[in-house]
Amino acid sequence: MLEINNLNVHFGVIHALKGISLTVNDGEIVTLIGANGAGKTTTLRTISGLKKPTSGDIILNGENITGMSAQQRVNKGISHAPEGRRVFPAMTVLENLEMGAYLRKDKPEIARDLKMVYDLFPVLSDRQKQPAGTLSGGEQQMLAIGRALMSRPKILLLDEPSMGLAPLLVQEIFNIIRGVNKAGTTVLLVEQNAMMALQIAHRAYVMETGSIVLHGTGEELLQSDQVKKAYLGG
Amino acid sequence: MEQLIQQIINGISLGSIYALIALGYTMVYGIIKLINFAHCDIYMIGAYIGYVCMSKLGLGFLPSLLASMLFCTVLGITIERIAYRPLRNATRIAALITAIGVSLFLEYTTMFFASANVRTYPSMTGFMAKTYKIGDIVISTQQILIAVITVILMVLLQVIVKKTKIGKAMRAVSMDKDAAELMGINVDTTISFTFALGSALAGAAGILVGIYYNSINPLMGVLPGLKAFVAAVFGGIGIIPGAMLGGYVIGIIEVFVSGYGYSMYRDAVVFAILILILIVRPAGLLGKNTGEKV
Ligand SMILES: Nc1ncnc2c1ncn2[C@@H]1O[C@H](COP(=O)(O)OP(=O)(O)O)[C@@H](O)[C@H]1O
Ligand SMILES: [Mg+2]
Repeated sequence: MLEINNLNVHFGVIHALKGISLTVNDGEIVTLIGANGAGKTTTLRTISGLKKPTSGDIILNGENITGMSAQQRVNKGISHAPEGRRVFPAMTVLENLEMGAYLRKDKPEIARDLKMVYDLFPVLSDRQKQPAGTLSGGEQQMLAIGRALMSRPKILLLDEPSMGLAPLLVQEIFNIIRGVNKAGTTVLLVEQNAMMALQIAHRAYVMETGSIVLHGTGEELLQSDQVKKAYLGG
Repeated sequence: MEQLIQQIINGISLGSIYALIALGYTMVYGIIKLINFAHCDIYMIGAYIGYVCMSKLGLGFLPSLLASMLFCTVLGITIERIAYRPLRNATRIAALITAIGVSLFLEYTTMFFASANVRTYPSMTGFMAKTYKIGDIVISTQQILIAVITVILMVLLQVIVKKTKIGKAMRAVSMDKDAAELMGINVDTTISFTFALGSALAGAAGILVGIYYNSINPLMGVLPGLKAFVAAVFGGIGIIPGAMLGGYVIGIIEVFVSGYGYSMYRDAVVFAILILILIVRPAGLLGKNTGEKV
C-alpha cells in the first residue's frame, strides 16, 4: 500500500528525518512510536504532502507520489488526521465532516459515509449543529478522525489520537481505530502511548531522533527489552 | 428628529461605501493575515473604470457597475499573484511593505494615465437625479441605489461564503491552512478567490462613490481606505459581519460629527475611535479577545 524509501527531510539546518524507510501493507495497522521530537509528525506531514522532502521517495500502490500536491494525494486515497486535532473551530460538526469530503462529488455516497461516521461516533450526531470549537477534547478527536474518514481513504494517517484524553476515552478511540481497520482501511498510527499502540498494531516501527531504530510485529516490540525500557516504563 | 433621520440616511450612504471596502480588508486579513494597503487603490481604480464607462463610453449605470467590479476582480487576482504570493512564507513586515509599494504603484500609474487632476462623473439625469421628500427628509435615487446595491452584494457575499464550496474553503483556509490542505483544498486558488471577492466589492464601492460625490482623483482611496480599515478593526478584523457593522457605524458617526457642525474634526474622530477600540476592545466589537490581533 504505502512504501517510503530513504526519506530525508530538513527544516533549515535541522535534519529532521535521516533517510527513513518503512512499509505499510494493505489492511494493516502499523504504528510509529518514539519520544517527543523523534520525527513522527514530520513523517506523516511528508506523506500527506504538507512538507516537501529533501530526497527520497513515497510510493502509494506502486505509484510515486513524492512530487504530488496534498490535494492530489487526498484524491489518491491518503487521509491525515493531524496532531492536535485541528478541527475548524467556527464551523459546525456537520460542516467539518463535509469538509472532509471536499473533493468528492458522489452525493449519495457522501451521505452514506456521513451516516457511517455518525454511527461510529453517536455523540457527533447529537452535536451536528454545534461549532466544533465548543466540543470537548475527546469529541474533537472523534471529529478529526470522522472528518478524515469522510474522504473514504485507502490509508488513514493518525497523529497521536490519544493525546490529552482520559484513559477511558483513549480506550474508546483505540477500539474505534481497530474497527475502522477491520472495515477495510489501512492505518498508519503515530503514538506516544506505546503500550496501547503496540497492542492494536500488526507491525511497529520505533523512531529516535530522525531515524528508525527498530521494527517488528506489535507483539515482538511489546516483549522487546529495549522498547520496555524506553517506552513502556520498565 | 427629522434632522436625526436625515443624518442617519446620509450616514448609511457613506457607511455602505466604507462597509464595502472594509469587507475586502477583513477577508484578506482573515485568510493571509495581511493588511492589504493596496486595497484602497483598487477602490479608486473602480471609480475610474466607472468614470470611463459612463463618461467616455456612455454606458448606463448597471453595465458600468459590472464592468468596474469585473476589472477590479482581475486586478485583485493579478496583484495577489504577482506581488503577494511569492512572499507567502516571508515575514509579515515584508508583505506589508510590499503592499504599500503596490499601493503607491497603483496611485502613480493612475496619475500617469489619467493625470492627477480631479475628474467628474457625468451629472445624473432623469430617474438617477430624482430626489424624494418625506416631510423635511430628502432622499435621493443615488442614496437608495447605494443602500440597495450594498445590501444585495452583502447578501450575495454571505451566500457565497456560507453556502458554496469555495466559500467554505475560504473559511476553512482562514481558520487553519494546513488542515484545509489536508481536506484537499487548493489554498492558492482559495486565496485568489478571496482577493477576487474583496476587489469586486471595492470596485462597486468606487463607482458608487463616483455617482454620489461626482468627483474622483488618483488619491481618493487613501482616506476612505483608512476609515474602512478602522471600520474593519472596529467590527473585529477577519470577521465579515464585523466589517459590515463597522462600516455603517463609522459612516454614521462621521456624518453626525459633520452634520452637527464639527466637520473639521470628522477624520480625527474616526481615528480617535480606532485608538479607543485598540485600547478597550482590541479584538473588535464582534471579535473574541484572543490576544494577538493586527
Ligand atoms: N516547523 C518546524 N520548524 C523547525 N523545526 C521543526 C519543525 N517541525 C518539526 N521540527 C523539528 O523536527 C524534529 C521532529 O519533530 P516532530 O516531527 O514534530 O517530532 P514528533 O512528532 O516525533 O514529536 C524536531 O527536532 C523538531 O524540532
Ligand atoms: Mg508529533
